[in-house]
Amino acid sequence: MSAFVGKYADELIKTAKYIATPGKGILAADESTGTIGKRFASINVENNESNRQALRELLFTSPGTFPCLSGVILFEETLYQKTSEGKPFVDLLMENGVIPGIKVDKGVVDLAGTNGETTTQGLDSLGTRCQEYYKAGARFAKWRAVLKIGATEPSELSIQENAKGLARYAIICQENGLVPIVEPEILTDGNHDIKKCAAVTETVLAAVYKALNDHHVLLEGTLLKPNMVTPGSDSAKVTPEVIAEYTVTALRRTVPPAVPGIVFLSGGQSEEEATLNLNAMNKLAVLKPWTLTFSFGRALQQSTLKAWAGKTENVAKAQATFLTRCKANSDATLGKYTGGASGDSAASESLYVKGYKY
Amino acid sequence: MSAFVGKYADELIKTAKYIATPGKGILAADESTGTIGKRFASINVENIESNRQALRELLFTSPGTFPCLSGVILFEETLYQKTSDGKPFVDLLMESGVIPGIKVDKGVVDLAGTNGETTTQGLDSLGTRCQEYYKAGARFAKWRAVLKIGATEPSELSIQDNAKGLARYAIICQENGLVPIVEPEILTDGSHDIKQCAAVTETVLAAVYKALNEHHVLLEGTLLKPNMVTPGSDSPKVTPEVIADYTVTALRRTVPPAVPGIVFLSGGQSEEEATLNLNAMNKLDVLKPWTLTFSFGRALQQSTLKAWAGKTENVAKAQATFLTRCKANSDATLGKYTGGASGDSAASESLYVKGYKY
Repeated sequence: MSAFVGKYADELIKTAKYIATPGKGILAADESTGTIGKRFASINVENNESNRQALRELLFTSPGTFPCLSGVILFEETLYQKTSEGKPFVDLLMENGVIPGIKVDKGVVDLAGTNGETTTQGLDSLGTRCQEYYKAGARFAKWRAVLKIGATEPSELSIQENAKGLARYAIICQENGLVPIVEPEILTDGNHDIKKCAAVTETVLAAVYKALNDHHVLLEGTLLKPNMVTPGSDSAKVTPEVIAEYTVTALRRTVPPAVPGIVFLSGGQSEEEATLNLNAMNKLAVLKPWTLTFSFGRALQQSTLKAWAGKTENVAKAQATFLTRCKANSDATLGKYTGGASGDSAASESLYVKGYKY
Repeated sequence: MSAFVGKYADELIKTAKYIATPGKGILAADESTGTIGKRFASINVENIESNRQALRELLFTSPGTFPCLSGVILFEETLYQKTSDGKPFVDLLMESGVIPGIKVDKGVVDLAGTNGETTTQGLDSLGTRCQEYYKAGARFAKWRAVLKIGATEPSELSIQDNAKGLARYAIICQENGLVPIVEPEILTDGSHDIKQCAAVTETVLAAVYKALNEHHVLLEGTLLKPNMVTPGSDSPKVTPEVIADYTVTALRRTVPPAVPGIVFLSGGQSEEEATLNLNAMNKLDVLKPWTLTFSFGRALQQSTLKAWAGKTENVAKAQATFLTRCKANSDATLGKYTGGASGDSAASESLYVKGYKY
């Protein structure tokens, strides 16, 4: 056979299609304990479990946001947490049409002999872990592979290793009922131009889809989470229309139509940049057989975090800020965003950190 | 870079898009001298140059057929032939909105150590030959790779060698101004079921598109000529709707949207079968980002050849027969064919020949 059609096939297809509903997208709230610590440090909030619970409750109970979201990616701790009233987060989300997902990779490790390139670990007992997560209510998963652009990067080793890791992760997920989000992130670090990023993105995506085919992954039951195609972080910026054109061209050259949705990562982009770029892609008058939507972490939460600052009295204000970004991105998936969703300077703040370690 | 964008890029994109115009398709009239000899033998016509010229003149001057055709694939001899009035065939075609193409491969040779698998030759001096063909008026090319299905076939060697051959051919064409039609034909010979054909087709196409990406082929300036997905020749037949479902699914899983058109080969199918299957694909209610059309040889010419039988007094009748098949297939590209285009039994005659050698 080519594609593995197991007992979950119909469910996987249905879930992936739902997540890719135009007008909806994903909130990436799967920051590990270490990573959320960095976020909390920037707003002077102590990194303890109750604060982590409080932030996620703030997000998951924000009035009006459910229609904008088809899914939320969770960290393992959060999958088992509840609201202050004792309702499991996964139940709250599911009841409101938001599918819970789970980050399943275990971070990156260096590839010896390369110039700082990495591969992603997490395959050991992944099948068993997926079964547990399915029982707990998760219906999709995420695994982040990381590549970089440099004089000799990405190397063939890095491309092959990360592509094969993504493919093994993907098929194991599908065997156990979880829709795999396939995330081959190419970092923006560097002074390369947008054409270089486009070329690397096309090469990497071609390798990813060849690996998925080799491993019999059912594409109709997957989602892709790529970087947008942009100039390097040390290069001159370009307009959203230019980013849209290079990005959609790269995807049209590599992503088969069977994939129902492409859920972009925001990388180091500011909230506003990410929304404007997504909007420009959806306005582009060229045939796109997959939905183009968002799977944003920082680009959905940055100004919300600042508004909250860890204080209960700020919750309503923070939730209103979160709603603003959710609606803006929902509009962007339909090409209807008109800009300036919040006059807040936080929305325009670049979230780029050189050599960012998650 | 990923895709090579040379001096002919814009022209290649424009030509490929035109060939893929809905309502139009390709007449494959590129039978080698040896192959046309077999056709002539079946109608008791002598295989001499004047007869080969007469057949092609009959086809290229058939009234009413030009709107149905976007291109004709020619054999080298025909590229330089003229009508009986002295007009070069290529001029006649171009003036009538039909783009001349040229078969550039030099047939298949056995792959030692395999079970009768082959690779295709023709890369030597291909660049120079393409330049000559371009000067002579050709604007697209064709190269036929052949794979088979068996207990251990297609082997990884066969898939890789044929995919790489197609990719080298394709980039050389693009360097020299010709749109490459990429043809990875998987023969129907065998007792396998349609699922097996689907799996092999998906695996082969995934390998082909990986190779095209590695060789920097500009997908927007190419066309794909695949087999339809069908049961093996020794297996029970299925309906056009089933063939359409498996074929379009296989293509959706492997062919990036940047490819403007898919021009099916007819293999051993009868004229009517090929048309009905193409029609069913175009009626299928699923998103297809590429045009689905025809590049038929036998399935366009079979009954026309019989009607002609080499006699001048039959030309008008033969041309009317040819027009019938052209219109039927033109309708099929729009999902509008209602069947039974000619009551002629020849239209239903299977053109399957076991182990067919071109």
